[in-house]
Amino acid sequence: MTAPLLVVEDLTKRFGGLTAVDRAALTVRAGTIAGLIGPNGAGKTTLFAMISGFETPTSGAVRFEGRDVTALPAHQRTAAGIARTFQIVQPFAGLSVRENIAVGAYLRRAGRTEALAHADAVGRAVGLGPQLDRPAGEMTVAGRKRLELARALATDPKLLLLDEVLAGLNPSEIRDMIPVIRRIREGGVTILIVEHVMQAVMSLCDEVHVLAQGRMIASGPPLAVARDPAVMEAYLGHGAAARIAASARNPGAPDHA
Amino acid sequence: MTGSARLPILIAVIVLALLPLGATSNTLLNFMTFALIVALAAQGWNLLGGYGGQFSFGHAAFFGTGAYAMGLLQVRFGLNPWAAMPVAMLLGAAVGWAIGFLAFRARLRGAYFALVTLAFAEVFRILANAWAFTGAAAGLLVPLKLQAANMQFEDKRLFYWLVLAFVAGALVLTAELARSRFGARLVALRENEDAARALGVDTLRVKLAAITLSAGVTAAAGGLYAQKSLYLDAAIAYGPWISVDALLAPIVGGLGTVFGPLIGALALLGLGELSKMALGNLFGGAVPGIDLIVFGILLILAVAFAPRGLLGLFDRLIRRPRPAEGGEATP
Ligand SMILES: Nc1ncnc2c1ncn2[C@@H]1O[C@H](COP(=O)(O)OP(=O)(O)OP(=O)(O)O)[C@@H](O)[C@H]1O
Ligand SMILES: [Mg+2]
Repeated sequence: MTAPLLVVEDLTKRFGGLTAVDRAALTVRAGTIAGLIGPNGAGKTTLFAMISGFETPTSGAVRFEGRDVTALPAHQRTAAGIARTFQIVQPFAGLSVRENIAVGAYLRRAGRTEALAHADAVGRAVGLGPQLDRPAGEMTVAGRKRLELARALATDPKLLLLDEVLAGLNPSEIRDMIPVIRRIREGGVTILIVEHVMQAVMSLCDEVHVLAQGRMIASGPPLAVARDPAVMEAYLGHGAAARIAASARNPGAPDHA
Repeated sequence: MTGSARLPILIAVIVLALLPLGATSNTLLNFMTFALIVALAAQGWNLLGGYGGQFSFGHAAFFGTGAYAMGLLQVRFGLNPWAAMPVAMLLGAAVGWAIGFLAFRARLRGAYFALVTLAFAEVFRILANAWAFTGAAAGLLVPLKLQAANMQFEDKRLFYWLVLAFVAGALVLTAELARSRFGARLVALRENEDAARALGVDTLRVKLAAITLSAGVTAAAGGLYAQKSLYLDAAIAYGPWISVDALLAPIVGGLGTVFGPLIGALALLGLGELSKMALGNLFGGAVPGIDLIVFGILLILAVAFAPRGLLGLFDRLIRRPRPAEGGEATP
């Protein structure tokens, strides 16, 4: 067992009267891909925002590499090695794809030549090679999702938080993206991924955490979690367990719940 | 701008430098000197507004600080103008940093930031108009002493070339900035501040650096203006006219481009001057405020038909591939 890279301790976030995240805890081990699933409005994006420094928790703590980073602003967490993508993509619309990625690359490279070279390499690695010179504002949905991924990756993170990078993609685009994510992990980056596409969750994740109404209701290997009755009740609804089990046996099947 | 921006800068500066050798008219030389001073103020504005997307309506605060510093350091402290100039720039930059610190730390953006800068400039104007130290309403007169050592020249062309040297410096500074990490971060936060933060950009620090630099350049324009006219009052130094010119020139010429402010300033002031002359002839006398009407019309035209300014329009007309905004391009 490897050491925990990220430890989320009883994080709570209240927006006025609404408790979006309620004492949620999770641990992500270095070198793994962890999944965070849950129905719409469960608080997944809010939890990501607290891990990445975009929202201040009402209570609780975030530890990264053993260090308490709860008080660090977002840009310093990125510098510490936590990179995130946005569920609602946020491209620098007026810039080219290469320039978009270069902003991430500049984090650990002061020189323009090195930053642009790194941007090119990362862009190619996620399949944006042919589009590097295009304005980001003119990209398709699939292209923008890849761009989100590439920019975050260009900061050389230790932990990558992916918020629904597969949402809005068609089945063949999803099949193209899964190996890309797997290669990122093989490159030594730990990944925490929020995803509704069950096929991806089942085939990618070493461990899955389930959030429902702000609470963490289950954690464990994907198959065990999929069979957990609490999960079926809270998240999947009746009859969905069978579909999950089926897609786990046959990861190529285009099943997105 | 790409690395090849150096050649266009060199050509532009040479053409502008040769101008007074061919045309000897005093009116033209005066106009060009004034236009370049406005261009310099606009170049300062463009660093913050064009590249950083933070639209200031109050660059008069920096222009006026540069102008008053230049005048007061000479009149009240007996400093040589060549020494006063860098101090004036530093003071302008300090005012920029202070306003930026207050506004950006409070997370003011868009219209709120614009209004706060406008308010600061107006406060400075009112203070300068009331304070005896700055000459109050009577204004400040810098004694005439036509010596190069005193930054006053018998030959008016020398002062024009001095102003041009500052404009050239600002062109080079802008081109370098556009190719630097700082420039990339500044453009990134203009395009999307959250995304920039997520990529490790300390947006407050980058904005503060940008407004400090921007204010320093615009303060240099103020200092040159003071030395050109040797007279200042609050309405000139801290008046809204320069805030408007500094903002209109880059919008008309091309926001966030190296040459936008220079081209915009020449176009705006040139057309303003021409229309003054034409209508003056037509009506047999000066028509006050006609240049402002021309500015207004140009602004409307620019926003409606050339959102990327004159430079963007040229680009489209000669059908070059669209250069990336914010100046980055493939090496
Ligand atoms: N800034 C905010 N202010 C008020 N309420 C918010 C805010 N952000 C999120 N919420 C609320 O918190 C709850 C959790 O939202 P969140 O976006 O974290 O859910 P999610 O699990 O990511 O959902 P989805 O699967 O739809 O992306 C929702 O009820 C949402 O309306
Ligand atoms: Mg979400």
